[in-house]
Amino acid sequence: MSRARTLRIDRIACTGQGLCAELLPELIDLDEWGYPVLKDRTVPDRLRAHARRAVAACPVLALHTDDDRT
Amino acid sequence: MTSSAAARFAPHPLAPGPGDPAARLLAGWYATGRPATLADHLRHYGPPPLASATGGRTPLPLAEAMTAAGLTGRGGAGFPTARKLGAVAARRGRCVVVVNAMESEPASRKDQFLIAVAPHLVLDGAVLAAMAVGADTVHVCLPRDRAAQYRRLSTAVDERRRARLDQVRLRLHALPHSYVSSESTSLVRWLNGGPARPQGGPPRTHERGVGRRPTLVHNAETLAHLALIARYGPAWYRQVGTPDEPGTLLVTVSGAVRAPAVLEVALGTPLATVLDRAGGATQPLRAVLLGGFAGTWLPAEQLRTPLTRHDLAPLGAAPGAGVLVALPEASCGLTETARVLTYLAAHSARQCGPCRLGLPAVAEDFTALAAGRADADLLSRLRRRVGLLPDRGACRHPDGAARLAASALHAFADDVDHHLTHGACPAAHRPPRLPVPPATAPETWR
Repeated sequence: MSRARTLRIDRIACTGQGLCAELLPELIDLDEWGYPVLKDRTVPDRLRAHARRAVAACPVLALHTDDDRT
Repeated sequence: MTSSAAARFAPHPLAPGPGDPAARLLAGWYATGRPATLADHLRHYGPPPLASATGGRTPLPLAEAMTAAGLTGRGGAGFPTARKLGAVAARRGRCVVVVNAMESEPASRKDQFLIAVAPHLVLDGAVLAAMAVGADTVHVCLPRDRAAQYRRLSTAVDERRRARLDQVRLRLHALPHSYVSSESTSLVRWLNGGPARPQGGPPRTHERGVGRRPTLVHNAETLAHLALIARYGPAWYRQVGTPDEPGTLLVTVSGAVRAPAVLEVALGTPLATVLDRAGGATQPLRAVLLGGFAGTWLPAEQLRTPLTRHDLAPLGAAPGAGVLVALPEASCGLTETARVLTYLAAHSARQCGPCRLGLPAVAEDFTALAAGRADADLLSRLRRRVGLLPDRGACRHPDGAARLAASALHAFADDVDHHLTHGACPAAHRPPRLPVPPATAPETWR
């Protein structure tokens, strides 16, 4: 059984700082107000380190990765 | 709702009599024509079959009955009732049951009507569900601005207490009333001492809800159906409706019909037949709004569609909260939609960026379009913004608003062209047809 990592944004906590899109542009865009738009929830293996960094950088701890059993 | 509005929705001579096979939740009401006391209720339906629901945490015969019956939630999402029961019962620790009677949908009166005429059916269902999942408390959540409804239910609870009918505690709560306060996580958050705003997740309510206990939240109508299925069995329930979507549902019909009413109709009934049951259209129709303010506009050509999730899905629609509003030919669907979107924007919980900022922007664009003040980029900007609403909030409020906006652009495509090129149509200046409350933000969340 492999485990896929998926991104999750706590929409109530998010204040639209935009760091996540800067650190993980492959998966995250910003809307016109600076709030993240997930292009793809699933984190490919090659982006795991980037995703981890983006999660750690969010100043309001609104970005998470979840383990999804597949 | 005011008492005059209650009177407006009272059944009328065209409502089905006791012989109507679709009359179930409302059968007692049709039989007597007065709100059911506990004595009326027991005379008509017999005592609640508590024995089948009890047995601690393991057996769940009630959930099995709901699976066999194919009952789905009547709050709008249409989730299978048995799966919710099972998910809560599977958790460790004492559970809690919450009755969602908030009915924040402004075009809906079904829960209010049901609680007015058959409060004991709803309470029976809540108690049966509580026994089945091993809950000791049932919280009934009502909107604060409906004092009469609170009194009515309070009387019903007292009647049951005096008769020593229930083995669980029934508690009534009056919550602040706004569009998003009826979301299940809003109720849980309020019951836990917080604001009546959506919580988002995880954990989900069935994992950790009221008092951190596993919590089952059901719409009032769902529980009333449950109470009848527990008595009469799944086969009885399946006697009406379609094989995939059995049973009946309550539909609030309003707009350009002769006799606006809350009707109980079998699933699979064509929309046109539902309108006929409400006395028929008073004038040629342009479209109907189906599901509620978070619902879908359907052009009049599609009125032959049966009222089931399966038949409506290809049209991007769903029964939703059981709302059907008839919009006459001589009205402007864009103006009506703009008013609804402005209301929905004002009723955002203002917690999530996409809803707090995106929804007012969509409402503003739509208002400009309806008023014939569109700039050259408006339509592409509006479509982009509508596309950015779904799936980006802690609840489904922005998704519902986006569905309404997108369906309006689709159903009233000719009007969109006209408004873009020639300005507002003459009908845009007519008095509004939809019952949209003032677009003011809720005063309090607590």
